[in-house]
Amino acid sequence: MSIYLNKDSKVIVQGITGGEGTKHTALMLKAGTNIVGGVNARKAGTTVAHKDQSGSDIELPVFGSVTEAMEKTGADVSVAFVPPKFAKDAAVEAIEAEIGLLVIITEGIPVQDSAELFNLSLTKKGHDGKPLTRIIGPNCPGIITPGESLAGITPANITNKGPVGLVSKSGTLTYQMMYELRDIGFSTSIGIGGDPVIGTTHIDALEAFEADPDTEAIVMIGEIGGDAEERAAEYIKAHVTKPVVGYVAGFTAPEGKTMGHAGAIVSGSSGTAEAKKEALEAAGVKVGKTPSETAQLLREIYKGSGSSPVAGAAETVKEKAESLVDKVKDTFKK
Amino acid sequence: MDLYEYQARDLFEAHGVPVLAGIVAQTPEEAKAAAEQIGGVVVVKAQVKVGGRGKAGGVKLAKTADEAYEHAKAILGMDIKGHTVHRVMIAQGAEIAEEYYFSILLDRAERNYLAMCSKEGGVEIEQLAVDSPEKLVRYNFDPNTGIDADVAAEIATQAGFSSEEVPALVDAFQKLWGAFSAEDATLVEVNPLVKTGDGAIIALDGKVTIDENAAFRQPAHADLVDESAEDPLEAKAKENDLNYVKLDGSVGIIGNGAGLVMSTLDVVAYAGEAHNGVTPANFLDIGGGASAEVMANGLDVILGDEQVKSVFVNVFGGITSCDAVATGIVKALEILGDTATKPLVVRLDGNNVEEGRRILKEANHPLVITADTMDGGADKAAELANK
Repeated sequence: MSIYLNKDSKVIVQGITGGEGTKHTALMLKAGTNIVGGVNARKAGTTVAHKDQSGSDIELPVFGSVTEAMEKTGADVSVAFVPPKFAKDAAVEAIEAEIGLLVIITEGIPVQDSAELFNLSLTKKGHDGKPLTRIIGPNCPGIITPGESLAGITPANITNKGPVGLVSKSGTLTYQMMYELRDIGFSTSIGIGGDPVIGTTHIDALEAFEADPDTEAIVMIGEIGGDAEERAAEYIKAHVTKPVVGYVAGFTAPEGKTMGHAGAIVSGSSGTAEAKKEALEAAGVKVGKTPSETAQLLREIYKGSGSSPVAGAAETVKEKAESLVDKVKDTFKK
Repeated sequence: MDLYEYQARDLFEAHGVPVLAGIVAQTPEEAKAAAEQIGGVVVVKAQVKVGGRGKAGGVKLAKTADEAYEHAKAILGMDIKGHTVHRVMIAQGAEIAEEYYFSILLDRAERNYLAMCSKEGGVEIEQLAVDSPEKLVRYNFDPNTGIDADVAAEIATQAGFSSEEVPALVDAFQKLWGAFSAEDATLVEVNPLVKTGDGAIIALDGKVTIDENAAFRQPAHADLVDESAEDPLEAKAKENDLNYVKLDGSVGIIGNGAGLVMSTLDVVAYAGEAHNGVTPANFLDIGGGASAEVMANGLDVILGDEQVKSVFVNVFGGITSCDAVATGIVKALEILGDTATKPLVVRLDGNNVEEGRRILKEANHPLVITADTMDGGADKAAELANK
């Protein structure tokens, strides 16, 4: 099992004929993704040559619209490699076609465009009252279910399948964590993106990992800006029973400076790494001081080889965390 | 990017928001000429991107042009919370009857926009929100529909304005929304929005933040950048399309990916605690590719910082594997030649890391020291910066 993406997902690529689209279509195919075609209105009716996972030559059809691609192939996932200028139109097209999952890789989309397209997605709801299109990103590496499917730009050969779920605002920190824990492996890893407005949030991913029977522990990576980590901490306290370890980047970031990601900015006294760490620890989440220490914390929970007190947390929370550690230990002794 | 008040005023005016006359001046002479042009009572206002300038003595009333000259002379060059005043705005005086508050901003948590309004303006709004939250109307709205006349009337009514007062406010709110939307703003704040003695609504002060990601469709925004206030190294980095932020420490940092670089800064700062408190000198994200040219440009900017004593290169090789990154570093050092003078601690991890380390070892560059882990590399770089 996994969340949002699996071996049955039928993926199309918006911008399949562009430079990035071409490069990453090849890498996704190599990772085993079932890519069924792409979209480019100006090249509709043509095909693009690629190789499948076994190295055999294949021709992928290029469609004029997402709707057409979905009708002809049954696609339920789209990955958009479209420059910022055209990204909103591409996303709107996918949302209006009611695709199940839309992964927007593009960095540098104006936040008004992201806010508009996200709110459009909220207006198209299914019978269950949930939006028909789940958006991941923008400005993200996408999602990978190792051994099954990759929708995005995550290097597929740095990790393995396993019981850890990972959700992160940052791409390379995600890769670092996936690589450090490659011996344990991941159920699904999602990069939710570093923009101020994103589709899938930490909370969405935590909810999905909690419900996923194959995810046994969760790593959550955050960074300065906004209060998504604080809200995730509240959510964990109330709803997540699986062990969560966390990491927050940006303790040394100065106030008022954007640190690479458009959303990574400390404004006044809000959005600091310290506040996020404290909120997570108060919710019983062990927070590593460095990425390696965070990986080690997860490893200890997984292998049951360490005894890590829950720093700064209330005694009851500590007990809860320790009982969870025991539970996980038992799980893995089986 | 935050705008100066005078830039916000000009932008409001261009979108039909009612404002008073205002002219920016960089010298007392210009201030005097501006005061003469506007005529009557004027206000000399320090232009700094920080609050509290009134208390700091950066806002003065002038009854004559000569008085405007004197005030400008005193205010220009003044330091307000670490910001030197390089410009003043000469603003037309107004007879203020009442002061209100209005703003529109991006609400990251709700992922839509938020309008805020209060009949009690001119005060610190964060304080009002804490002390008397009932006096501050918060109204979230859909970015796709914006603030139309009905929404504007709803906001004004909720804030407690009378039916006679609402129409003028509806007009101002809609025009401010027009400015927010058309200029790709993430914040438009008017504090105070005033009612004058004759009942007119005027935006007396303005704070605007614009989205730099929208630069491709906002060519006029390039003129709003205050190049004189930019750090020279940040400006140089920007010319090379590098994502660089200057900090105060002595360990230069290069990495790929914003999150990993932020994390590297933190890890170096922790490591520095054991080495006389050395701290990172900068944030520099060279992106996923990490090519030789980008690496060389990045190193060039970092080595141009006189405070830098050592450099920590921390790269995770994903799609661009470590051997390519290592080759890039070796080539970058060739490009830089004698200008590279500081020790370089290099930590590579990820795809094909063994080959990457072998390439660095074989190149045997006298400045390059390899580290196996991020924590170990940070410690080594901090140690070298403390020598």
